[in-house]
Amino acid sequence: MLRAINSTIAPARAASVAASTASTASTTSKRNIPNIVLVDAVRTPFAVSGTLYKDLMAVDLQKEAIKALIERTNLPHEHLDHIVCGTVIQEPRTSNIAREASLLAGVPDKIPAHTVTLACISSNVAMTQGMGMIATGNANAVIAGGVELLSDLPIRYNKSARGALLGFAKAKDVPSKLKVGSEFVKNALFPELPVVTEFSSGETMGHSGDRLAASFNISRREQDEFAMRSHTFAAEAAKNGKLSDIIPVFLDGKKPVTIKADNGIRVSSMDKLSSLKPAFVKPHGTITAANSSYMTDGATAALIMTEDFALANGYKPKAYLRDYMYVSQDPKDQLLLSPAHVIPKLLDKAGLGLNDIDVFEIHEAFAGQVLANIEAMDSDYFCTEKMKRSGKYGRVPLEKLNLWGGSLSIGHPFGATGVRLAIHSAHRLKEEKGQYAVIAACAAGGHGVGMLVEAYGK
Amino acid sequence: MLSRLFQSSSTPLRYNVRLFSKTSPAMLSTLSIEKNGDVGIVKIDLPKMKENVLNRALFSEIGTAIDQLGADDSVKSIVVMSGKQNSFVAGADIFMIKAQTSATVVQEMAKEGQEQFFRIEKTKKPIVAAIMGTCMGGGLELALACHYRIAVNDKKTQLAFPEVMLGLLPGAGGTYRLPRHVPVQTVFDMMLTGKKIKADKAKKLGIIDQVIQPLGDGLGPASENTHKYLESVAVNTARDLANGKLKINREKKFLDKLTHSVMTSAFVLDNVVLKMARDKVLKMTAGNYPAPLKIMDVVRTGYVDPSKVVDAEAKAFGELSQTFQSKALVGLFDGSTDAKRNKYGQGLPVKEIAVVGAGLMGAGIANVSIDKGIKSVLLDANQAGLERGQNQIATHLNGQLKRKKVSQLEKERIYNHLHPSIDFTAMKNADLVIEAVFEDLPLKQKIVKQIESIVGPNTIIASNTSALPIKDIAAASSRPDKVIGMHYFSPVEKMQLLEVIVHEGTSKETLATAAQLGLKQGKLVVVVKDCPGFFVVRCISPMMAEVVRLLLEGVSPSEIDKITTKFGFPVGAATLADEVGLDVSEHVAQFLAKALGPRVGGGSIEFLTELVNSGSKGRKSGKGIFVYDGKKGAKKVNDEASKLIQKYKLTANSACSSTEDRQIRIISRFINEAAICLQEGVIASPSDGDIASVFGVGFPPFWGGPFRFVDLYGADKLVRSMEKFAGAYEAVQFEPCQLLKDHAKSGKKFYN
Repeated sequence: MLRAINSTIAPARAASVAASTASTASTTSKRNIPNIVLVDAVRTPFAVSGTLYKDLMAVDLQKEAIKALIERTNLPHEHLDHIVCGTVIQEPRTSNIAREASLLAGVPDKIPAHTVTLACISSNVAMTQGMGMIATGNANAVIAGGVELLSDLPIRYNKSARGALLGFAKAKDVPSKLKVGSEFVKNALFPELPVVTEFSSGETMGHSGDRLAASFNISRREQDEFAMRSHTFAAEAAKNGKLSDIIPVFLDGKKPVTIKADNGIRVSSMDKLSSLKPAFVKPHGTITAANSSYMTDGATAALIMTEDFALANGYKPKAYLRDYMYVSQDPKDQLLLSPAHVIPKLLDKAGLGLNDIDVFEIHEAFAGQVLANIEAMDSDYFCTEKMKRSGKYGRVPLEKLNLWGGSLSIGHPFGATGVRLAIHSAHRLKEEKGQYAVIAACAAGGHGVGMLVEAYGK
Repeated sequence: MLSRLFQSSSTPLRYNVRLFSKTSPAMLSTLSIEKNGDVGIVKIDLPKMKENVLNRALFSEIGTAIDQLGADDSVKSIVVMSGKQNSFVAGADIFMIKAQTSATVVQEMAKEGQEQFFRIEKTKKPIVAAIMGTCMGGGLELALACHYRIAVNDKKTQLAFPEVMLGLLPGAGGTYRLPRHVPVQTVFDMMLTGKKIKADKAKKLGIIDQVIQPLGDGLGPASENTHKYLESVAVNTARDLANGKLKINREKKFLDKLTHSVMTSAFVLDNVVLKMARDKVLKMTAGNYPAPLKIMDVVRTGYVDPSKVVDAEAKAFGELSQTFQSKALVGLFDGSTDAKRNKYGQGLPVKEIAVVGAGLMGAGIANVSIDKGIKSVLLDANQAGLERGQNQIATHLNGQLKRKKVSQLEKERIYNHLHPSIDFTAMKNADLVIEAVFEDLPLKQKIVKQIESIVGPNTIIASNTSALPIKDIAAASSRPDKVIGMHYFSPVEKMQLLEVIVHEGTSKETLATAAQLGLKQGKLVVVVKDCPGFFVVRCISPMMAEVVRLLLEGVSPSEIDKITTKFGFPVGAATLADEVGLDVSEHVAQFLAKALGPRVGGGSIEFLTELVNSGSKGRKSGKGIFVYDGKKGAKKVNDEASKLIQKYKLTANSACSSTEDRQIRIISRFINEAAICLQEGVIASPSDGDIASVFGVGFPPFWGGPFRFVDLYGADKLVRSMEKFAGAYEAVQFEPCQLLKDHAKSGKKFYN
């Protein structure tokens, strides 16, 4: 599907590179595909896992986001063609969570919905699949969302116990039933948790992140400072009402409550941050609980459509989704370096330079990881040896980066973050009167995504 | 096996280190001294050497450097590390020891080394060893003399005491410092086998205090990053040790402590631990290797009489250095280092190979190629044969995964290089094709023609024949210059030797390409001229003929095994015959008898032929000389073999039937043929012959190979025995060749 799109746009890409001197050039409009706009996006408040949403299922949160988006955008159901949602840790009962959530949200059953997964950039995949459907003329309007609820995890019986359970039905006589039964009993107390390590390398993301920070000589202090910055900015943005993408979530029960704000933003002191022990690499590591993103519950949903359709039907788009790019590299030593790889490539493709970008929204898996990516793009060695460029690419200016906080402070529900990055970049473009925004995020498997967002109606 | 454990220096030693004054660090030649705040950093970096080795200059300078930093009040702690990313210190400079001819001189050298390390150990300021790369022998002893050890957990960073493999013992404190950290069983495990240990394992054992994981590429290349990271972690650790923030806590668990004190009490040590270890060593070495026994003695002294261990270690080191076993093993090490060098020029690039025949050999060859990243097409005429070969490789890789030699991803990536097929056209892009089909000349010639009909004009065709002349195989080829022999040994995954055989028409480029591939596969490459049996098979065949003669003279198979293992062969000669396959031996014996005449005869080929025809082909058929029924216990002699021994029985000559006579009869047949090969130019040097003999057929390593044996045993003595045997048996079979006679007469040696 996507390959088909790429081949049709290849000649246009050449043209866009040729016209790269015009910094206002927009990439999609040069290709033979319609302008795609982000009409709006919403999210539930993000909550530290095991707190506010601990009694819910992921599908409940996704439903809230879809319902609120439809309400906020006054989207009549007949305008909607498809729903795509991203998620990482699947609840087995709702493996196609997009479908279950849309039904619960009151979306008519005639509108198809499917679920995608690509670790921390799953909702980016939801958005870009939506873009693909629109670009190929298979949809006018798509809801792209994502959800993660880590308060509950599909913990399984281990393989032997599962084998015994499955074998029980086949065991015909008493002795073989006893044998299978005892096999189950022996293993029933040793469950299997969802893996937290990279399958290919056996290393946890935090451990890899710690090594990455060391590879780019990022000190503990720099990381702690960046974490402080993230929380400070997020707290300010919340206080100043800038986090307007949040929709309230009403939780019924004995103590009914309406959740209106993220609960993980915590402005601490440097003293306190620097007193923490390393969380992964002991004893000399630099990544701590405070300078890492934390386990988060939350859901997002975005409405995207063609510009023509939006205007014809009275929608007010917030931004153009101009282009996107996926990259992947070595899942061990470069697990979290995709932003550094994708930003230069994506901007080259668009004919833009680093200075043309007004807003950067880079996913904060770890403070050290964001800083390492910035150093990587600014390193002659890394850019020439690992990215095959003629020299260093340049430095992403901190004064344009994640000014409303990021995953470190707001939280990071794996499957939902991508949409949050998109709507924050759109809102920030408006607020900061910028033209272009770049979103970049890393994901397990050594993956990453970059997206180019342009202010609407500027 | 021995390579990289010890590094022999190619540059002259600097003996005048004592002239250096303590105040002029700029003159230090083996290391540099830096300071990071209040931490002094000693960086060992021998100029122009790939690996750091402990020579006299380094021994002395490291002591000087530590003294200097110890006296410097602005320095509170010290880091000892290497300036090289691949090597902490690879070991003692073997050249330094090899050059000595007196045990007392070597003992004094060991003492000097010990003293330098005591200077390190006794320094009041904390000293941290930061280890990245090879850390073996003297290098590990240096690390153990420091107060705290940090090591990088990568594949190159390996800790070991390989001295035993050179017939030596750790002579700079290893025998008494290692036992402080690990249980006595681990001490013996490490020192008696020379096994290499990675950092994470070493941490678990207690040898290493802190492990750091290697970094990837970042502001610089991965290994440079890791090296800098190691330095910064080590500096911080040293500082924390000095200011008391970090306390060394090596307190063992109560149970471990209890076990330790019981195990190392003189009574238990002597009656249980050492007894068991000694029995095991004697069983494995037949008492032929003095080093393991000395190691046990010295380690024992450390436990029961600690005040004497320092001197005991130095003395034992001096003594061992002068044993013939050590000289032979050191010679073998030098030879194997040489056999790992590319001396054959630049060959054509080999990105893809094909192996025809997925038997034990073919699959083995593919296996050692794919794990070096070479795409390998494995071909067989039928699906079942192919699957057997595929499964052999998969089983081997799964074993490596289980032993954590490779990760899951690495395993799959290796396996992805394998392309099994029963469609021979799959070999069409191969740069080199190795045929490993049955030893049958017309079949091999047919396969060569078939290969040529598929591959491109530049593809090299190698035959993995063990005896058939390469020129006869090349006769079927339209590109004889690109035909070569590559004789691997079974099991290919384990056996290190590769005989590369050139016939007269083989081009230099073809040789270079084949040798380069062999080296890449991790083999010791010995180039041999085309002749019947090449080198290894040609030498082993008359030896086996002699073994058969002994059998027919009524020496029991188990007695033959006993006298040959006692002589030093890892596998007894009768068992070896069964392992190789009696059918193979018979086939080779027939073939060589035709090619080389009665010289290679001995017992009776008819005996072998009849035995093989009865279905006793050796281990693979369940019976040969012995019976292989899977039952444990002493091996039983095959009844059919006993009957045939009776049928073909010979009368023993009592003048040639002492155990030593029997041993020399067996071994002299091998040695004489080896010497004839050298005389005829089949092998280029005695060292090549020794390497091929030890690594191809297990010639006793402590004898260093047939040529080293002649030097150590005495050519005159050997020739005298052979002349006696020549009188008693068919003269031509024991007639010493001219080269041996010359050596006997002149006292000349193969090695100087």
